[in-house]
Amino acid sequence: MQHTGYIMTDNMGTIYLWIVLAPLIGSIIAGLFGKTVGRSGAHWVTIIGVGISCILSLIAYKHIMFDGGEIYNATVYTWLVSGELRLEAGFLVDKLSVTMMVVVTFVSWMIHIYTIGYMHDDPGYQRFFSYMSLFTFSMLMLVMSNNFLQLFFGWEAVGLVSYLLIGFWYKRESAIFASLKAFLVNRVGDFGFLLGVAAVFMCFNTLDYSEVFRQAPGLAETTVTIFNGHEWSLMTVICICLFIGAMGKSAQFPLHVWLPDSMEGPTPISALIHAATMVTAGIFMVARMSPLYELSETALNFVLIIGAITAFFMGLLGLVQNDIKRVVAYSTLSQLGYMTVALGASAYAAAIFHLVTHAFFKALLFLAAGSVIIAMHHEQDMRKMGGLYKYMPITWFTCLIGALALIGFPGFSGFFSKDAIIEAVHASTLPAAGVAYYAVLTGVFITALYSFRLFFMTFHGKERMDRHTWEHLHETPAVVTVPLVVLAIPSLMIGAWFIGPMLFEGYFGDAIVVASQHGVLAGMGQNYHGVVSFTLHAFQQPPVYLAFAGIVVAWFLYIKFPALPEKFANIFKPVHQFLLWKYGLDDLNQFVFAGGTRNIGRLLWQIGDVKIIDGVLVDGSALAVRWFSGVVRQVQTGYLYHYAFSMIIGLLLLLAIFVHKLI
Amino acid sequence: MNWSTDIMLALPEVILLASACALLVIDTFSKDSGRNITYGLAQLILIVAASVAIYLYTGETSYAFGKTFVSDPMSTMLKVVVCIISLIVFLYSHEYLKKHEWMQGEYFVLGLFAVLGMMVMISAYSLLTVYLGLELLSLSLYAMVAMRKESQAASEAAMKYFVLGSMASGMLLYGISILYGVTGTLELNQLSHMLAVQTEQNILLVFGLVFIIVGIAFKLGAVPFHMWIPDVYQGAPTAVTLFISSAPKIAAFAMAIRLLVDGMQPLLIDWQQMLVILAILSMAAGNIIAISQTNLKRMLAYSTIAHVGFLLLGILSGTEAGYAAAMFYVITYALMSAGAFGVIILLSRKGFESDNLNDIKGLSDKSPWFAFIMLILMFSMTGVPPFLGFWAKWFVLKEIVDMGYVWLAALAVVFAIIGAYYYLRIVKLMYFDKAENMTAIKASRQMRLALSINGLALLVIGLMPGFLMTLCLAALIK
Repeated sequence: MQHTGYIMTDNMGTIYLWIVLAPLIGSIIAGLFGKTVGRSGAHWVTIIGVGISCILSLIAYKHIMFDGGEIYNATVYTWLVSGELRLEAGFLVDKLSVTMMVVVTFVSWMIHIYTIGYMHDDPGYQRFFSYMSLFTFSMLMLVMSNNFLQLFFGWEAVGLVSYLLIGFWYKRESAIFASLKAFLVNRVGDFGFLLGVAAVFMCFNTLDYSEVFRQAPGLAETTVTIFNGHEWSLMTVICICLFIGAMGKSAQFPLHVWLPDSMEGPTPISALIHAATMVTAGIFMVARMSPLYELSETALNFVLIIGAITAFFMGLLGLVQNDIKRVVAYSTLSQLGYMTVALGASAYAAAIFHLVTHAFFKALLFLAAGSVIIAMHHEQDMRKMGGLYKYMPITWFTCLIGALALIGFPGFSGFFSKDAIIEAVHASTLPAAGVAYYAVLTGVFITALYSFRLFFMTFHGKERMDRHTWEHLHETPAVVTVPLVVLAIPSLMIGAWFIGPMLFEGYFGDAIVVASQHGVLAGMGQNYHGVVSFTLHAFQQPPVYLAFAGIVVAWFLYIKFPALPEKFANIFKPVHQFLLWKYGLDDLNQFVFAGGTRNIGRLLWQIGDVKIIDGVLVDGSALAVRWFSGVVRQVQTGYLYHYAFSMIIGLLLLLAIFVHKLI
Repeated sequence: MNWSTDIMLALPEVILLASACALLVIDTFSKDSGRNITYGLAQLILIVAASVAIYLYTGETSYAFGKTFVSDPMSTMLKVVVCIISLIVFLYSHEYLKKHEWMQGEYFVLGLFAVLGMMVMISAYSLLTVYLGLELLSLSLYAMVAMRKESQAASEAAMKYFVLGSMASGMLLYGISILYGVTGTLELNQLSHMLAVQTEQNILLVFGLVFIIVGIAFKLGAVPFHMWIPDVYQGAPTAVTLFISSAPKIAAFAMAIRLLVDGMQPLLIDWQQMLVILAILSMAAGNIIAISQTNLKRMLAYSTIAHVGFLLLGILSGTEAGYAAAMFYVITYALMSAGAFGVIILLSRKGFESDNLNDIKGLSDKSPWFAFIMLILMFSMTGVPPFLGFWAKWFVLKEIVDMGYVWLAALAVVFAIIGAYYYLRIVKLMYFDKAENMTAIKASRQMRLALSINGLALLVIGLMPGFLMTLCLAALIK
């Protein structure tokens, strides 16, 4: 493997610094001086900040991708050096991170603009823009990091902003509940992640990526003992711990429960954080750590299985939801499952490719859903919509593009990335790949079914809204529709553009490492002869027909015979109920984990806290300290001879202790 | 012996001595009732002394005056820090003297003599030079405490300070004489050699050591030799308390390093154990008694005692990194203490000292900015990251844990948590209580600016503590 020299190029260093700082400055101004700058000031300053960041990211992209610029790996700020532990911030800008930077800043920029329309009447306008820019900053810190500590910082920071934004409407009980749930579930994941980072530091004595990756092959055979008598491969432990973090952040089964509830937040947030960027942090992290994951087949199998479960079962849940945003949310879960499956099959490039295409078309779908919600006066139930295509042509058309991209309709961006994943899993030789292949294959049909269910229920069929809403139906303003159109273009095109270079032509360079025995994409690359032949080849494979079948079934059920779904639901009542019950995971968490913890907590509170800790330790010790303090201060009598006496006593005591010892 | 090189090595002290004497005369004949000339010249003298010390820095260790005086990286570093801290102190004090219409030029002249004493202590390389510097410093401080003749509290404080200080000096001198009797030398390096060749434990040596420890402990204010601190801090005018609480602690630290490390390293095992006792007692008594104080100056006095306990932890670790951590701690402490008394001076006005806890209530309504500065100071004293005080505690604790004193570190953390109570109470009073009166703060622009920089420095240096730590390590690692 050839190593590119890590040479610092100074003016690029400045550009990278400003990519990160511009949104932060915008966020600070909008957040702390929101009253001074006013509503329009807040949106201008943040949009300009993120805009600068986006344009500079594009410059960086051109520099690295086309001008053959040096990979940048340098520390920009050292907080503390303590022995082996270096706490510092630094950037690693290579082909992987620069791709993420462009996606993050571009989507974020579009959503900033869209927000002007969506949040138009909200009293927390400035706060919202401040959070969004802060999120952009945190996400950039995460993807540009060159060490585990900063990765963790970014990881927690995006989690924090996500929590703040889910609970943005903090007067709504359901929003508070959802934000708390997201926070707690993510804590479980973050705990695993932190253990992984700690394990890395313990075994490698450094937190720097390049150093860790350099040492990793030498430690591939190392084993550690966690419980007595059980030897674990070190790499497996590290990779699974880190992946548990990814399961929290990227909402993989069974830590996915927070994502559907996060739809309580405003729609721009659902698009930015809970579809396009933050939830893909886990995917990005695993791809970034590919040199470690390649050393542990156990971990790869684990990743494959978790991904397959998420892709299949979460898609099924999307079929029974009636809230427009929740359908899209379950679809996000399912697509994240696809990406995870690709990671498990060592097709990291395919995972990132799907991440990129998904970022565009899922942001588009969310914003389209948001546009519908605005037009419907914040009604989100699809059963009260229908026939909207007449009133909202732009939203209808862009949503159609998004839906076609999502289901993998030939030619659209999602088609290329999803087909690549399915092919890669098919080619993988890992034991878990067989099951995963059938999961993602059937997933295609389910995806098409729920996507077009949403599309038909919303835009076609009978108009089911009430009269008042109907009278006010009209297309949303330009700040809403322009981002839709701008996002529709990459949703349409980006797949065909990038499939060749990204998957088969070494696009990521040294940023992603694949062991030769896992080289599924390399194998596919030998049969790749351009976009057209890839598309034609797809027609000999089941996925395309499964997608068509999904559309047809959706049309049959929701346009042709709209009464059928209810009959089916009655016939398969237990199944339907089971899906509505979301496999019981919410209740399990609610009663067993949350309830159990609360009960244990209450028990400990009543006995441990109120009686022992509060009664004796806290109040008791505070009282004791205060009492003691009051008594001891009496020693300070104010009399000079007492003071002198105390000095003499002190002297004598020291003499007695130390001189007496020698006698 | 070449006198001119000797003089060159001691040039900062020589300049300080000559110009302080000249300033005394100038002040006597000055007709300026505001004493601006005296103040300005005093500041100038400090700047010149510090600049000369930096200019003469070579990074090598050289001796002068028959090896009674040393110039090494530590001495340069500490002298510069003492000058900077005194500069800040003089600025705040000038504000205080103006506000209270009690303009006396002697304050600055005595202050300069005290700085001279500190510098001599810092550069001392003989037991007698240490004593000389200590006496010069102490006598200046006694006079400064007593300067406000009409104040009964100040006179009482000065009297107590003087009597107790004399006792401590006597004990130190007694310890020195015993050491001299046993080893026959006053020079620190030679003393260390003589102690190293002692094959069996000599009772007399430990006997002498105890007296020397008492002398150091008194100057630092470690329990049970701390009794003077609360009374003097409260009784003295705030400007004087400010001075006593900051720069002299750095000199006392230097004295401890000179005597214990340069002179008596072979007795490490003995003085280590003594310092353990003093450190625990100081942290315990300081933090616990501070809780029941209602006077802010007195509370800060006990807080000083608690900080001294932490400082001793760094010294008793017995390693160069530990001494560097202690130096880091004492510099941090001096900055925090100057800032805290600076806030009291800022809030005071004629006839109103503003030194009760109640006086700080509702500060955030009166002046959000200075409430924020005080918040930084209090968080830093508590040891909340990322403020400088956190790093000071962290480095010290890290060193003693590395030396195997885990139990001591745990105990120190417990006392630090108890201490958090009274620091955070200040924050609570400032932000959550209503002010008793809303008289606006009156202060000059340079006072506001200096205090803001003082407070923000704790945040900024806290964000990059590596710089200061590198300096401390460079000063101590040979």
